[in-house]
Amino acid sequence: MPVSDFQPVIGLEVHAQLLTQSKIFCGCSTAFGAEPNRNTCPVCLGMPGVLPVLNQRVAEFAVRTGLALECTIRPTSVWSRKNYFYPDLPKGYQITQFDQPICEHGRLVIDTPQGEKTIRILRIHMEEDAGKSVHDAGGGQSLVDLNRAGVPLLEIVSQPDLRDSDEAVEYLKAMRDVLVYLGVNDGNLEEGSFRCDANVSVMPKGSTTFGQRCELKNLNSFRFLKQAIEYEIARQVDVIESGEKVIQETRLWDVNKGVTRSMRGKEDAHDYRYFPEPDLPPLHVSAEAIDAAAKALPELPRAKLQRFTSQYGLPAYDARILTAERPLADYFEACAGHYTDYKKLSNWFLGELMRLLKEEGTPLSALRFTPAQLAELLVAVDQGTVSANAGKDVLGEMFRSGKSPADIIAEKGLAQVSDTGAIEAVVDDILAKNAGEIEKYRAGKKQVFGFFVGQVMRAMKGKGNPALVNELLKKKLGD
Amino acid sequence: MQLTDLTMLELAEKLAAKEVSSEEATRASLARIQQVDPKVRAFLRVDEAGALAAARASDARRAAGSPAGVLDGVPLGLKDLFLTEGVETTAGSRLLEGFVPPYDATVVRLLKEAGLPLVGKLNLDEFAMGSSNESSAYFSCHNPWDLSRTPGGSSGGSAAAVAAREVPGALGTDTGGSIRQPAALTNTVGLKPTYGRVSRYGVIAFASSLDQPGPMTRTVADAAALLQVIARPDVQDATSSDAPVPDYSADLEAGVRGLKLGVPREYFTEGMDPEVEASIREALREYERLGATLVDVSLPHTKYALATYYLIAPAEASSNLARYDGVRFGKRAQDARSLRDVYTLTREEGFGSEVKRRIMLGTYALSSGYYDAYYLRAQKVRTLIREDFTRAFQQVDALLSPTSPVPAFKLGEKVEDPMAMYLMDIYTLPCNLAGLPGLSVPCGFTKAGLPVGLQILGRPFDEAGLLRIARAYEREHDFFRRFAPL
Repeated sequence: MPVSDFQPVIGLEVHAQLLTQSKIFCGCSTAFGAEPNRNTCPVCLGMPGVLPVLNQRVAEFAVRTGLALECTIRPTSVWSRKNYFYPDLPKGYQITQFDQPICEHGRLVIDTPQGEKTIRILRIHMEEDAGKSVHDAGGGQSLVDLNRAGVPLLEIVSQPDLRDSDEAVEYLKAMRDVLVYLGVNDGNLEEGSFRCDANVSVMPKGSTTFGQRCELKNLNSFRFLKQAIEYEIARQVDVIESGEKVIQETRLWDVNKGVTRSMRGKEDAHDYRYFPEPDLPPLHVSAEAIDAAAKALPELPRAKLQRFTSQYGLPAYDARILTAERPLADYFEACAGHYTDYKKLSNWFLGELMRLLKEEGTPLSALRFTPAQLAELLVAVDQGTVSANAGKDVLGEMFRSGKSPADIIAEKGLAQVSDTGAIEAVVDDILAKNAGEIEKYRAGKKQVFGFFVGQVMRAMKGKGNPALVNELLKKKLGD
Repeated sequence: MQLTDLTMLELAEKLAAKEVSSEEATRASLARIQQVDPKVRAFLRVDEAGALAAARASDARRAAGSPAGVLDGVPLGLKDLFLTEGVETTAGSRLLEGFVPPYDATVVRLLKEAGLPLVGKLNLDEFAMGSSNESSAYFSCHNPWDLSRTPGGSSGGSAAAVAAREVPGALGTDTGGSIRQPAALTNTVGLKPTYGRVSRYGVIAFASSLDQPGPMTRTVADAAALLQVIARPDVQDATSSDAPVPDYSADLEAGVRGLKLGVPREYFTEGMDPEVEASIREALREYERLGATLVDVSLPHTKYALATYYLIAPAEASSNLARYDGVRFGKRAQDARSLRDVYTLTREEGFGSEVKRRIMLGTYALSSGYYDAYYLRAQKVRTLIREDFTRAFQQVDALLSPTSPVPAFKLGEKVEDPMAMYLMDIYTLPCNLAGLPGLSVPCGFTKAGLPVGLQILGRPFDEAGLLRIARAYEREHDFFRRFAPL
């Protein structure tokens, strides 16, 4: 049977680093990129005698995330120890949540070619990150950097509701958007603060019994997620085709070779010996705290996208870009309060504004002009006070200097000329100088018209009102 | 009368009256250690320089008229399970030999702030696992009342140092009786506070849900004064209680008239030494004479306590001891050629047999397939044991029992028989499972001159009640005036 006769079944475990200033069980900084072992203390080093104390922000972020993903929040959740030996695991166990996680039974809606699809969330739990082993850095030795040990993570586990690599990527993107919107995660895959594992199995189409699954570890880009899943599906189909059985194991995506390879099999799977963490009392979340968090929840990306299309009448394409990041969406809405041609506003956002932000590397928060000033510029363009092209220059200047559009137009003499007499004089002059071109035009070579427009505009340094230039040229050419 | 014969509060009085200086008292303690410790072997390490510096600082405060508290200047010993910044701390294990902690345990900080010179680190069973001090990786401690016998464990070093008048008081920790049992075997007062009353931060963990530091002293009043210093909510210990801390010395002399004292049936069964039983029975009659009413009570799940304890404590210990892997601190096996070697050889060489036995027990109890049958079931029984106590305390104000079923036994006598050793804690460990406060107070001697201890168990956070009940008995007998023959 070819691959197309098989149905892949995929579930994702997303690991998101929480945007807290300090670690989950001590006061050490979570800043990325510090000198190795700089951000450590006896607690996160797992020294003898130390005890963990929960950073309350972590629980707040978990509740916020749980509510956004429509989970049930457990009034009392329990911490557990997951025991295993590894050099970068200081205590010999990881403090995590096991059988009683803080959030359960949620959902996330994604878009697929077949329409909307709901992916069920099995659970969300909090845990501490481990450190990092650096191999062969010190003359054949392995070194351990524990800056990351104790950094708070959320693990978000989906049900195996995803059916192909595209859905998996869509889910991961949607999840990232939600977490970034909530302000709980920076969505940074490169630095590993947002990463995922994928559980992949295949079954013959029409079957209802899932095949044996393999776990693909630490996928840190959308591309690798897609590639690894597709490779793994093909591999598992091959295994089945050749009459063998897929064995349950943990596999790694080899970026260079483009294959997944076995990391450890079930036979040497860890017995983590989970048990309730005796150093931490159960975590209680009051109904009031849950209510307050629910009320404080921001509008989520998907809801905002839908509202942008309905309220502003924008095409889905525009709405998606405008709502991809919360600050951009907020800024758009601030401008929309001053300017009601929303599609035109969107065009300026998607074109000029995003280009400037990207080119100058400026964050939206550092913009030097107000939404009202941007609206003022657009009105000026609409009213013909300044041409659309000159308007772009004005925006660039606003971006750099923060001056008002009116001042810039005045200073730079960018005001558009709509005086019929002045334009007519230039048109006459250009036509007089180009008798030959007039012949061609009259002989039927209509594209010469563009040449005349260009000449007139150049002579007017771009300030001629294009509509009037066109109208006068046509009249003079006898059309 | 020598300075080292004084109790903590007697010495504190002389310090307050400026009859002696802290430096003199501390030097007296150091001299006494030098004189008797070669026989007792209570100290793993003496910090002479640190103690004298603290003593001189204390004297300076006195001279300036601003002592840090009642016990300012009174020297103290610490079980080597408490982390002391800059002073080697080993937990009685080879694995931590040479480990110099970078921070103080919360209680150590509190003691320093209260001005007590800390003279040194006291011997213990390795990682507090044992009932005789014989599992110390360094050497066994001896009972000052009979040097051929054990002082009990695991805080045996603390008990012996106090009984030998090397220090007027010490801190121990109690996971299944490790403060009370050695106190009983050495004619000292040992108090295990309510779980959460004293911070565990910086105390090397044995079994997290059971461990509790507490005072070991010669008198009840000293225990009250020392508890006053260390009982404090601690933001660094999430299991620390923020229940208000009363004045533990206030009602010490209030007596027991009108109190109902429970005598748990299950604590008076076979296996108890007849001389111990006789002493305890006599103490019960004394309480009646003093105006208390004895009430027969039942704690029906007591028979499961030992099994429950020996599932929960090793399970937690197996996890708590995983950090001793040779990677970051302590010893690392020199012959290790691979990562796995680092772990296995370091732990093979570093841990003693009792610690290994418990790690294996705990690992087994937690392993998949056995968790439900052992650990989880033990937790359920633990709840039943706790409920037994809750019911009992609806009828009575406190419970009375022997602390240890037998007086101090010979060194080497039970080493080859772990079960016999585990039975030493049979009366003390239900209290840890229930998180209750418990106290052992001297209540007599056997014909051979070995001390016997009476255990008093109370409601959560009723340390004051236990101290008051203990003091009523102590006032009648003054056993603390009898000195070990050294």
